[in-house]
Amino acid sequence: MRPVAIIGIGKTPFGAFPDRDLRSLAVDSGNKALLDAGLEPKAVEAFYLGNFAGPSFIGQSHLAPFIAGPMGITGVPCTRVEAACASSGSAFFHAFSAVAAGLYEVALVTGVEKMTSQQTPRVAEILAMAGECGTEGKAGATFPALFAMIARRHMYQYGTKKEHLAAVAVKNHANGAKNPDAHMKKIITLEQAMAGKPIADPLNVYDCSLVSDGAASVVLAPLDRAREWTKKPIRVLGIAQTSDFVALDRKEDITVLQAVRTAAAKAYKMAGVGPQDIQLAEVHDCFTIAEILAIEDLGFVSKGEGGPYTAEGRTALTGERPVNTSGGLKAKGHPVGATGVAQLCDVALQIRGEAGDRQVSRHELGLAQNLGGSGASAVVTILAAA
Amino acid sequence: MTGTVYTETLIHSAPEAFVSEAPYQLIIVTLDSGTRLTGRVSGDAVEIGDAVILAEERNGVPFFRKK
Repeated sequence: MRPVAIIGIGKTPFGAFPDRDLRSLAVDSGNKALLDAGLEPKAVEAFYLGNFAGPSFIGQSHLAPFIAGPMGITGVPCTRVEAACASSGSAFFHAFSAVAAGLYEVALVTGVEKMTSQQTPRVAEILAMAGECGTEGKAGATFPALFAMIARRHMYQYGTKKEHLAAVAVKNHANGAKNPDAHMKKIITLEQAMAGKPIADPLNVYDCSLVSDGAASVVLAPLDRAREWTKKPIRVLGIAQTSDFVALDRKEDITVLQAVRTAAAKAYKMAGVGPQDIQLAEVHDCFTIAEILAIEDLGFVSKGEGGPYTAEGRTALTGERPVNTSGGLKAKGHPVGATGVAQLCDVALQIRGEAGDRQVSRHELGLAQNLGGSGASAVVTILAAA
Repeated sequence: MTGTVYTETLIHSAPEAFVSEAPYQLIIVTLDSGTRLTGRVSGDAVEIGDAVILAEERNGVPFFRKK
């Protein structure tokens, strides 16, 4: 296996864009990533698309060549990967694997979702398809409800408080306000975060990520050739994708994201680093409780300590380990299929030192954690300055 | 069939097909056999640790009530 680097990144802003369709968002981000790498579309030897529910949201299937064609990419393998909210993290994992194995010199990975053309109850129904439809879906579960049940149990076992959940929202909104591409650039107070409209107790609207449109892309190439295209290659130091049961009721302890633990262990081993070495992270805060679980299961803190650690400001921009400097899914937005690659773009921006007002001071080694469903798919990627 | 409430939530924002039923409580029950089941609640709201009994099944979904 040969070392692999990210040689180009490109994102659209995240938000509600009634005049933009799925394809134009995806093509935009892909073109930006290719431009960033100084490459023509014909240089792309494989295209991987991460997309969760395009067929349900926009009524179009066969999405990989549907997007690649107008980007000027034809005659190469174009593959859509679906792993719920980890779709593009997984697409990236598979592109990485192929480039590392020597199958391709240049691969483009795009993640995209167009969600805002549907009304909220229909969006909830489409998202719920990432759960166990025969039991959870039939009983009327929503994704917020699954994570609400995780939050309840975490509170019961570890004494996590509603204030701890709210602290995640306050921090991520503060970071999002510094990100020009974020869906919501609005600072909120702890009081506001505590008093949002209830969605699934104990989660209110401020505990939930946003329903967004958007796309993100990265270009991968072998590390030893990366400087042919870019002055600032980012090395993929470690990566792993793992799985767990889809149904929440099949998990022994729902306060643990076991797939994240196993993916993190593998990625740390591959990278030759440990959780203590990670300087910044983009984690999958689809709900505030999910960020608390993530920082615990990535090993940044012990199980049960995630809430207090966040409330003490230690994951803030100026804290010892900044988490979700982009604003996270909470404030940057969560166009489901785009999220995994967008996280990688945001870590890459920090490592390059191009994160603007949200740039952190220690930025040589970063991590991205992308989660599918209530934890059935997980991708953990460790990136470093090359 | 009896068991203990492992976790619960009260759903306010429901999927399209369940909007008319909201708010409703969703639970995971640890049955006395150790198996876990996802279901709903009939009658009074329940909390983690409450003993529950299967009250009925609707459309294949188990509904539990406080014992």
